[in-house]
Amino acid sequence: MKKYWPIAVAVGLLAIVPFVTTSNVVLNFLITTLLIALVGQGWNLLGGYGGQYSFGHAAFFGTAAYTTAILQVQYGINAWVGLLAGILAGALVGVVIGVLCFRSGLRGSYFSLVTLAFAEVLRIIASVTPITGAGVGTLIKLDLRPESFQFQSRVPFYWIALILVALSLVVVRAVENSRFGAYLVAIRENEDAASALGINTFAVKLAAITISAAITAAAGCFYAQYFLFIDAAIAYGPRISIDALLAPIVGGAGTLFASLFGALVIKALGEATKLLTGDAPGLDLVIYGVVLIAVVGLAPRGIAGLLTALFRWPFRTLAQPERGNG
Amino acid sequence: MAESLLVVENVSKRFGGLVAIDRASFHVKTGSITALIGPNGAGKTTLFSIISGFLPTDDGRVLYDGSDITAEPPHKRARRGVARTFQIVQPFATLTVRENIAIGSHLWQRSRAAALDAANHVALAVGLGAQLEAPAATLTVAGSKRLELARALAIAPRLVLLDEVLAGLNPSEIRDMVPVVRELATRGMTILMTEHVMQAVTALAEYVLVLAQGRIIARGTVQEVAADPGVVEAYLGAGAAKRITAGTPHA
Repeated sequence: MKKYWPIAVAVGLLAIVPFVTTSNVVLNFLITTLLIALVGQGWNLLGGYGGQYSFGHAAFFGTAAYTTAILQVQYGINAWVGLLAGILAGALVGVVIGVLCFRSGLRGSYFSLVTLAFAEVLRIIASVTPITGAGVGTLIKLDLRPESFQFQSRVPFYWIALILVALSLVVVRAVENSRFGAYLVAIRENEDAASALGINTFAVKLAAITISAAITAAAGCFYAQYFLFIDAAIAYGPRISIDALLAPIVGGAGTLFASLFGALVIKALGEATKLLTGDAPGLDLVIYGVVLIAVVGLAPRGIAGLLTALFRWPFRTLAQPERGNG
Repeated sequence: MAESLLVVENVSKRFGGLVAIDRASFHVKTGSITALIGPNGAGKTTLFSIISGFLPTDDGRVLYDGSDITAEPPHKRARRGVARTFQIVQPFATLTVRENIAIGSHLWQRSRAAALDAANHVALAVGLGAQLEAPAATLTVAGSKRLELARALAIAPRLVLLDEVLAGLNPSEIRDMVPVVRELATRGMTILMTEHVMQAVTALAEYVLVLAQGRIIARGTVQEVAADPGVVEAYLGAGAAKRITAGTPHA
């Protein structure tokens, strides 16, 4: 269990916040940050650990958001059931995309482009299909009761977002310490070598994209309940796909807290930009781009990599990295 | 157990108009060390890739322990006990030596701790005990070759395909590595190796297959194939054997 204490510490620190402040600004900021952290943690499992860079995680987010919204609006189904259904639907889209991509052996940028294409196709379908509300979008009826996954205050939303993020951290840590996780990293590092060692790379990648999709889907359901409105551009737009990969890459893809770190940094930067520029539309996206370039260029292992390097720096002269001498 | 652990029957492989492997047939006796030699571009690595499942054959069959494995993907062959190393080393670069080997150990060990523990034993057996915690990317050429071997051994194979594990090593490193390979055979593994280093082939191989331009042109003991005029010509060019026996050095 000692491998889980960092999660307990991080979640514990975040859990203090509602006791310190109930400011809507602070809570709203943190809730959207946790939302991005959750979206990104899904990406992190597949992209960070498995090396399969998806550019279309919006496909899972959007499917889940629409599933829960449509079930409530069109069929009067309970929002909590909708949450489960949304996660399942997102995971199912993960299975479908995974089978199609991995069965045909798509790797690297080909995989990235095809995932982007899937998200875009879904966006276009959602923007013309009547059941999604087409161009108008879907508005979930206001019903401020906990049974309906709606709350008067932001505090319960904060708790739910924190619980979801905590669960995603536990899932990823469990994967890290399992054979499945070791196989996933092996595939990232060298797929041929992995299959030579008896790894069914198709099955491992398919499992990874399914879990990854489910985590990001949970964020989609949460989004629908929190904002009570989605349309095609929000649900399936490239913005979510970008957030999904930006947060963990900035945080240090393939590390446990990558997405949470990264989400905090990019959301803080985004808010700071809005303050400085008075909400010039799209400027935060420009900042995101600059941050991404800076991270990839200067700190390719993200914040986690920087922290490790900083921590080791004073000791470097004492302990030279070991080199093999044959 | 079959007398020949591996049987290759009439295997052919074409890349466009180029015939890389032309109706190759041979047996690898259970428990033996067999060397597959031949000049550069003869098709040795292609043949290895076919045997390990990385390339499909155009024709012919591959039998392992009596079963036809021609259509099986690499991971299924690995589970049957076919391990391979890569001529161009393919480490999991950011993982440590121990973690690299543990990926192989995981084939039979579900738990992380057990796989890492098993990896320790394998590392010691190939002389990587001192570098267990080193990232694979920091290993020397000799170290990376040992790691290739260690990972292959970690899946507890019965047939080990060694693709030039000695290439790029200096003479003293080769001297260190030869006993490691011989040890595998004494532990009951069957070995098929491609090698350019003839010193090692002479020291290790009981049986030699010579591949040239995709065809098996000679087979037998090291002495037999070395005396074969066809083999000499494959390496040194047409007419070379005649000139050597006539004692006239070519111009």
